[in-house]
Amino acid sequence: MTSVAPAALDLEGIRAQFPILTRRVSGVPLAYLDNGATAQVPQVVLDRMTAHYAAEHANVHRGVHTLSHEATVAYDGARAVAARFLNAPRPADVVFAHGTTSGLNLLARAWGDANVKAGDEIVLTTLEHHSNIVPWVRLAERTGAVIKVATLLPDGSLDLPAFERLLSSKTKVVAAAHASNVLGTVLPIRRMTELAHAVGAILVVDGAQAAPHTAVDVQALDCDFYVASGHKLYGPNGIGLLYGKTALLAAMPPYEGGGGMIERVEFERITYATPPARFEAGTPPVAEAIGLAAALEWLMTLDRGAVEAHEQDLLAHATERLEAIPGVRVHGTAQGKVSVLSFTVEGIHPHDVGTVLDRQGVAVRAGHHCAQPLMRHLGVPATTRASFGVFNTRAEAERLAEGVLAARKVFA
Amino acid sequence: MSELQELYQSLILDHNRSPRNFGTLEGADRHAEGYNPLCGDQVALDLKLDGDRIADIKFSGNGCAISKASASLMTTAVKGKTLAEAEVLFTGFHGMVTGSAPPADPKATLGKLAIFAGVAEFPVRVKCATLAWHALHDAMK
Repeated sequence: MTSVAPAALDLEGIRAQFPILTRRVSGVPLAYLDNGATAQVPQVVLDRMTAHYAAEHANVHRGVHTLSHEATVAYDGARAVAARFLNAPRPADVVFAHGTTSGLNLLARAWGDANVKAGDEIVLTTLEHHSNIVPWVRLAERTGAVIKVATLLPDGSLDLPAFERLLSSKTKVVAAAHASNVLGTVLPIRRMTELAHAVGAILVVDGAQAAPHTAVDVQALDCDFYVASGHKLYGPNGIGLLYGKTALLAAMPPYEGGGGMIERVEFERITYATPPARFEAGTPPVAEAIGLAAALEWLMTLDRGAVEAHEQDLLAHATERLEAIPGVRVHGTAQGKVSVLSFTVEGIHPHDVGTVLDRQGVAVRAGHHCAQPLMRHLGVPATTRASFGVFNTRAEAERLAEGVLAARKVFA
Repeated sequence: MSELQELYQSLILDHNRSPRNFGTLEGADRHAEGYNPLCGDQVALDLKLDGDRIADIKFSGNGCAISKASASLMTTAVKGKTLAEAEVLFTGFHGMVTGSAPPADPKATLGKLAIFAGVAEFPVRVKCATLAWHALHDAMK
């Protein structure tokens, strides 16, 4: 989240690549501001997946025929693209999971069960999404480990000294979001990694909300695992990325068992494949992996600094416009946050705000955003959230503010 | 904005602002809770029965305008009714807002509750309107 001077971004050209942006909702052009939940998909991804199904569709890693070979080449190629996207040292350091949730569950099961014992401590933060809470709490329940929660400062940033005080030789794993799906806060992952490593713990990063907004470099972060979702990266559903350090993946037992993840199977004894195959039991989501790679390549052809500057401009503009509306409170004001904007309007429930916005073609998320502990921390039952992506415009940020004004009129 | 006005009619806005029968009942005979895990809306109901008649009813919790107004209007509609009469209202209301069995003349069968007919045009808000009713349904079992 470095500050970059706004560079030219061909916004019209980018928008033209997203067929869904021609849709009308409630009789007006769609203003899609729910990228934090699912981003839209550019035509190049649809084309690549169609081409796969039309010309090279077959199972991977097991056929002798031409299509199977072509599908395998495309699938392995997708892994190489994913590794480049995350700056992972080797393609084999990236496992295709089904999404961030499945990646985190894999880690809590496979790494957690092998490494966490009764009395050990698992450190999370207040702003985590349920998918980075539930698997770890379940691990604690299975093993007798203890959950510790790092708290936030009033602006929604991490209380780093308090986090440091939570760590001890008992800490086995720290699991933290790179960016909050509610507040937009970016956590100081690099520093947290240093602190975790200093006490012998590993750091697991939920990158679902950060990876779409900022260039990720897992080697610079020095994190042990990094997980992200394809559908938030302008790619298809049902596919996600799980990066792990080579040695950690090599030492980790399997999660699911089945075809593709074994070396040799006897009823008495099974030996397992090396990573990443060890963690990809069954036929993988081949078309989705190929589609995701197309999305990542598309994203990497853009000037990521310029994309970030554009999204930051939208965030700043929308924040300024919303804060000028009486009764509106923006939740999460940390420096360097990603373009996720949660707010509440005094006297109007977020669902009602969401419905009024929807009737003006503005798509936002309203609810607890799968972050109930954070909602309790904020003292609100829910928020309305706008999340901006590469294709959004200032005019759409404007429509958000106008929609909130309209909601105030309905409830005046 | 016409569908919005249909949804957020003044009676609904009024019950949202000043919910009737809001609170809890000491020594309630029946208690039930409704929770929508998707959005976090919650409602708790307390009922006092006089035989098979709902002598008193109160609700608490938090939610959107639709769920709060629905709970509020529901309490005014079922207070004094027998459990069987309340069950008939539940069925009629449910059929109306889900659109699965819209009553021919909602005003005749549902009275003031007919104001929620517009919810059928907002599929994602049906659960808001039915949250308190499902809790009542549970409480009457």
